Amino acid sequence: MTHLSHLDALEAEAIFILREVAATAENPVLMYSIGKDSSVLLHLAMKAFYPGKPPFPVLHIDTTWKFKAMISFRDETARRLGLNLIVHTNQEGLKAGINPIASGSRVHTDVMKTEALKQALDANRFDMAIGGARRDEEKSRAKERVFSHRSPGHRWDPKQQRPEPGRLYNTAKRPGESFRVFPISNWTEADVWAYVARENIPVVPLYFAAPRPVVERDGALIMRDDERLPLLPGEVVQMRKVRFRTLGCYPLTGAVESEAGDLAAVLEEMAQSRFSERQGRLIDSDGSASMEKKKQEGYF
Amino acid sequence: MNALLRTADIAPIASSWAAPNALAVPNSLNAPAPRTLLRFLTCGSVDDGKSTLIGRLLFEAGAIPDDQIASLDKDSSRHGTTGGRDYALLVDGLAAEREQGITIDVAYRYFSTPQRSFIVADTPGHEQYTRNMATGASTADLAIILIDASKGVLPQTRRHAYIASMLGIRQVVLAVNKMDLVGFSEARFRDIEREARAALSTLDFTHVAALPMAARSGDNIAASSSAMPWSHGPSLLAYLEQVDVAPVEQGPFRFPVQWVNRPDADFRGFAGVVASGSVAVGDAIKVLPSGRTAVIARIVTAGGDQEAAQSATVPTLVLDREIDVSRGDVIVAAGDPIRPLKRFGARLLWMAEQPHDPNRKLRLKLASTDANVAAIEIRQLVDIHTYGAVEDTGLAMNAIAQCILALDTPVVVADHAQDRTLGSFILIDAISGATVALGVVDSRAAGGAAAALQSPGLLQRLFPPTGERPRRSVVKALTWRATGSADTFLLAWLFTQSAKVAVAISATEIVTKLVLYYGHERLWARSTFGLAQAPTPEDANSTHGAGI
Repeated sequence: MTHLSHLDALEAEAIFILREVAATAENPVLMYSIGKDSSVLLHLAMKAFYPGKPPFPVLHIDTTWKFKAMISFRDETARRLGLNLIVHTNQEGLKAGINPIASGSRVHTDVMKTEALKQALDANRFDMAIGGARRDEEKSRAKERVFSHRSPGHRWDPKQQRPEPGRLYNTAKRPGESFRVFPISNWTEADVWAYVARENIPVVPLYFAAPRPVVERDGALIMRDDERLPLLPGEVVQMRKVRFRTLGCYPLTGAVESEAGDLAAVLEEMAQSRFSERQGRLIDSDGSASMEKKKQEGYF
Repeated sequence: MNALLRTADIAPIASSWAAPNALAVPNSLNAPAPRTLLRFLTCGSVDDGKSTLIGRLLFEAGAIPDDQIASLDKDSSRHGTTGGRDYALLVDGLAAEREQGITIDVAYRYFSTPQRSFIVADTPGHEQYTRNMATGASTADLAIILIDASKGVLPQTRRHAYIASMLGIRQVVLAVNKMDLVGFSEARFRDIEREARAALSTLDFTHVAALPMAARSGDNIAASSSAMPWSHGPSLLAYLEQVDVAPVEQGPFRFPVQWVNRPDADFRGFAGVVASGSVAVGDAIKVLPSGRTAVIARIVTAGGDQEAAQSATVPTLVLDREIDVSRGDVIVAAGDPIRPLKRFGARLLWMAEQPHDPNRKLRLKLASTDANVAAIEIRQLVDIHTYGAVEDTGLAMNAIAQCILALDTPVVVADHAQDRTLGSFILIDAISGATVALGVVDSRAAGGAAAALQSPGLLQRLFPPTGERPRRSVVKALTWRATGSADTFLLAWLFTQSAKVAVAISATEIVTKLVLYYGHERLWARSTFGLAQAPTPEDANSTHGAGI
């Protein structure tokens, strides 16, 4: 008898949570954002229900502004694992011409992500949505439960969270209420990468450094993934060796200059890093409490 | 340009999730040498500097990235309560918390050193948010109980210590903080240490360490403090790195079935967590509450079939025969005497703002089982100052009660001290869905005022109570006497042919043997000899209910 290693303990905890969803939800769904955390989450789901398939579909909210490499990776992953993939885009938002460049990050996120997610959850009557959020990402997430209760309208009330002792997850809900469930709540960014390496989990190649066309804007390096990103006066597209620590809509996601072209190098670089991963996320920096506000409104 | 980009982006990816070893992975890529994991919580009264302490620990351990330190310095000048860099702002995550300068909800923080990974639950000090403290305590191996050196032991310190002990924490660090406010006085520290150790002495802690520190200035946090040369103990961080972590749960094999995995007609497995003990292929098991037996045929994991599974792992078990097993059942070793109970002793922490109303329907959730609560019979409310009894005024928010829980259906439970999984539960309001109470199974709690929390006397240690109450012995004595004396009368009549003598013999016997039987029964009630399992009060009816 030995202690479980740190990663084995985290894996067991996540698998338990995924099965608890399958056992207690009427109509669960796994939120798939294509990033490394989602890749780990999918991998855990494949393990949790082995030799069966995960007993829920996989939902991607497509803002139409994701990196092209993300979309091709998404489709390849769904094919490889034989997943039931649902892709939803807020069509009204699209028709209204909402986009991250003209509308700004706040409106774009609100309409094309938060609203779109609510639409998809409501239309499919999903009562538990599994997500890959981690508590170490951001301060308000550090306070959220694993089974995060949402009132009708998907609102999160941070002051009325249910106590959640040990593995005793309270999954009781009234009509219209739902849950967001976060199996990898207790993982850190370093844990995720260590697990990706240990289990050989495929991730989007954008996480590894390669020469990519970027512009410098407000101190961030923005990759020009297609012609929709207008160049401001004085901006020039340069090829630089960059990689991404998190992935989102490409105009809102800052790259970091890096030589880390593979997993080993990324782990090495992380050990040296003095900056948090969400530093590259432009939507978080509207104010310290901005993520908490988005979450209350139903942002993942 | 885009064509170029796509070429650059097509990196090789592993082709199958299920074959982790399909690609050669250099050793350096594997998980770093397995570090152990220590889960601890910080608790204590409001304003004794818990958040500052954790912020400081994170900072000293190098867990705070530069951009967050920059944002901290910005926030410190806006909301800071201390002047200078306010480390508490690193962990107070909610806007309301930063505005009020208090912690409302438990926050989880992560850091690691080369020896160990740490998960920290930073729990609120306000009495109003005790439920959130309990949430943090429920998963912790160790509790840091903060004490403000300028204030000493406060009621909330004692409440948190009690809850930590009740939830199974055995290791405590008494962190005497804000030593700078008392001039780093050794005398003051020793006074507080004495007072705190006395306060904790009746609880179930096995290791209590007392460390003086000043979180704001960093004294004795990561390095020994030059301001306190009299303190020879390790710094807090050094202590946490070396303290023994709770071992994997030993004990009998217990496996609450969480989910039945039946992807097709050929496979039927039972998924769950090994709550304690271990299991191997070929082991004889039984399923509770049905009592049906089988043999473990396969232990399935995504990484391939295993020969055995140890506690805390999450395998899928396949049995050698088709028997009825569903979520909520518990798979145990065939010889395990554990039985389902309809009534059991428990300690409860009432967490809802509304007091307990016996007319409101409650549901119990324990491991993967649930059941309706028929009644909560309070034996006594626990006074958080003396840990003795207080007047029973019902279950209001933050009340701690020793009680008997009566259910409408038998549930497999075990004393929390032996089995944290089958020994802890929550109560859920059936209408609102709110979690209203947290409880631990504790057969000591059923006995009432005298039984719990006091060290048992010699008689109790020699003959630990089995839970049979005197009332039961009286009734048993009466029913036996009626039967026995009728028999005596008949035999005496038969032998003496005199109804008069027979009446005299049996009438005398009724009185003497009634007394003898009661005394005999009370002695036996203290013995667990020959019992399948030490039962909690009045469980006899429940075993019938379980149908075994």
